Amino acid sequence: MEILNALALFANFVVVPATAYGAQLALGALGVTLIFGILRFANFAHGELMSFGAMITILITWFLQNMGVSIAPFPTALLALPIGVLATISLALVTDRMVFRFYRKQRSNPIVFAIVSVGVMFLIAGIIRIVIGPADQSFADGERFIIGAVQSRKALGLDEGIAIKQSQLITVVVTAIVVAWLFWFLQKTRSGKAMRAYSDDEDLALLSGINPERVVMICWVIAAALAAIAGTLYGLDKTYKPFIFLQILLPIFAATILGGIGQPVGAILGAFIVAFSEVTVTYAFKKFLAYLGPTDWAPEGLVQLLSTDYKFAVSFIILVAVLLIRPTGIIRGKVI
Amino acid sequence: MGKLSTLLFSAALSTAVVAGASAQEQVKIGMLQGFTGPTESLVKPMALGGELAIQEVSDSGLLLGGREVVSVRGDSTCIDAAAATAAADRLVTSDGVHGINGATCSGATTAILNNVVRANGVVMISPSATSPALSSIEDDGYFFRTAPSDARQGQIIAEILDRRGIKTAALTYTNNDYGKGLADAIQAAYEAKGGKITAVAAHEDGKADYSAEIGTLASAGGDVLIVAGYLDQGGKGIIQASLDTGAFETFVLPDGMVGEALTDNFGDMLDGSIGTNPGTDSPGASMLAELASGKGFKGDDPYVPEAYDASAILLLAMQSAGSTDSAVYKDHIMKVANAPGEKIYPGELAKALQILADGGEIDYVGGTALEFIEPGESAGSFRETEIKGGKWETEMYH
Repeated sequence: MEILNALALFANFVVVPATAYGAQLALGALGVTLIFGILRFANFAHGELMSFGAMITILITWFLQNMGVSIAPFPTALLALPIGVLATISLALVTDRMVFRFYRKQRSNPIVFAIVSVGVMFLIAGIIRIVIGPADQSFADGERFIIGAVQSRKALGLDEGIAIKQSQLITVVVTAIVVAWLFWFLQKTRSGKAMRAYSDDEDLALLSGINPERVVMICWVIAAALAAIAGTLYGLDKTYKPFIFLQILLPIFAATILGGIGQPVGAILGAFIVAFSEVTVTYAFKKFLAYLGPTDWAPEGLVQLLSTDYKFAVSFIILVAVLLIRPTGIIRGKVI
Repeated sequence: MGKLSTLLFSAALSTAVVAGASAQEQVKIGMLQGFTGPTESLVKPMALGGELAIQEVSDSGLLLGGREVVSVRGDSTCIDAAAATAAADRLVTSDGVHGINGATCSGATTAILNNVVRANGVVMISPSATSPALSSIEDDGYFFRTAPSDARQGQIIAEILDRRGIKTAALTYTNNDYGKGLADAIQAAYEAKGGKITAVAAHEDGKADYSAEIGTLASAGGDVLIVAGYLDQGGKGIIQASLDTGAFETFVLPDGMVGEALTDNFGDMLDGSIGTNPGTDSPGASMLAELASGKGFKGDDPYVPEAYDASAILLLAMQSAGSTDSAVYKDHIMKVANAPGEKIYPGELAKALQILADGGEIDYVGGTALEFIEPGESAGSFRETEIKGGKWETEMYH
């Protein structure tokens, strides 16, 4: 029983939140890695693209809620998400047409692109703050829990419960569907193959009759759709705050680089490693060990490697370690 | 002889002219509160409360021979010391205020005190800065507060936990002067009473997710979780994460967490949680509530009586001193606030001004049963509330 309690505790505070967080990071990292694979630059505006997608979804959600439209017990945001995705795709294509295409024609080097993307990031951030403001917004509705902490405690007959929020399950399911579709698309379709060819060797792809502008467009469409979905899921699971999306860039880039930049499988792997590291390293194992140890015994301290204040430091440490030890990432990707 | 009387007459005349001129000059009170930032929902009624007293004095036509009093608003924010200093600087040097009602948060207040108040010699009375550090700070006699120090609130919370038989508690605080000061005060007082704080963890405001912080606190355990934070900010996230994971069900909520926004958000999920915030059952509080009800805000919201009292004390001290010069009237603040004298309740400011003008003495009671102790802060009385059926219910006063 004690071991089961320890496992339930660990699942409740580490496995469940880290899995949902990892899935959210994975969607973000996939977008970043695709842009890097095709367009060959680190897109710093990706976080704000996520924020923009979530914002449009929230506005539509509010509209639907006012109209009385609901798909209870599911959150209304799922209904609004396709419009958020379309709006984000439009924004991405417009910025590409108005900003990035110019630099592509100039054949600017990746550093110039990265800096341009920082400019785009500030621009989108400004638009978001004008439209929805800097405060946090709540838009989650529908059933909050699949199974609540107290409920699961009774069902399992344990002292510790495992709470699973609906938003966490939706996050994981949606991520799984999107990732499966993406891999099918990249492996099996003509456009996907064209993208991979273009990523592999730009000139050779051009000679084989692949239209580069089309590949770039598809790449933006996919990256923007992933961003809008990731942003909305993150907001649904936690809370929507425009400031968060600058902070979240760090773990997303850490995940991308750790997995091997330009490698979709690596992005997913990296995302879950980063998420689990962040949560595990800052988790206090006192109660967990108390369950495993002798009765009526508990460790003196909290048995915590790093204070929760240093959560973001974990991403930094991973980034630095990867760049020093294996700059190509787990799955051999490009070196920045 | 004739010459002398002419001289006297003209001197008297010129005095009258000078007095007449000063009667027309407005008395300006800076309303320097955190209109934006983590306290924005607290501050709206506070500022209105402070301005209610100003309006009352102005309408009476009795202050220093009938001078008009106006409020000049400034945004002290709550967490941005540079913005707070700039706003205070504007009020003092550009608007030329004669006294300041503010600032809202302890960090901002400390910055303003060090950079503007002492440099320019202007009286500042904060209605809500409660950090214990402000009790010992060097203020040259210009700083007062109508809110008690958190050291006091720490003792009250320890007494409440002790009385209710709560033996262990986890503690989280917002990582700033207010949160740290209050957390230290609670821990010291609670442990002195034999209680056990299982873990202390700071939380940063403005994050989307607090499950990691709650994981740490839950691992340490405890009967209740004490959340020394802000209801619009991390405090709300901490409670959300606790309820989601089932880590804690009962919370102890100091003043920064007491507000309708919390119960509006969580409803009856917080039933049984305990709140403390400055408050009193003296008749002054209900008199102020009545005054405020006609003006479209709630006079018994947190820190509204303190804000009313801060404005009132500033103006009554000016009347007592017969001057709007901070260096002169600062020494009259303790005198008008404390016994001996006629007790003054909200809505009786005109009476108080008349008594002072006639050379009498007053003992200002106001909305908070105000009693100033050295070094110029309220002794404080606290309201203990419990959330029942999703509503804050007053349990008792301490």
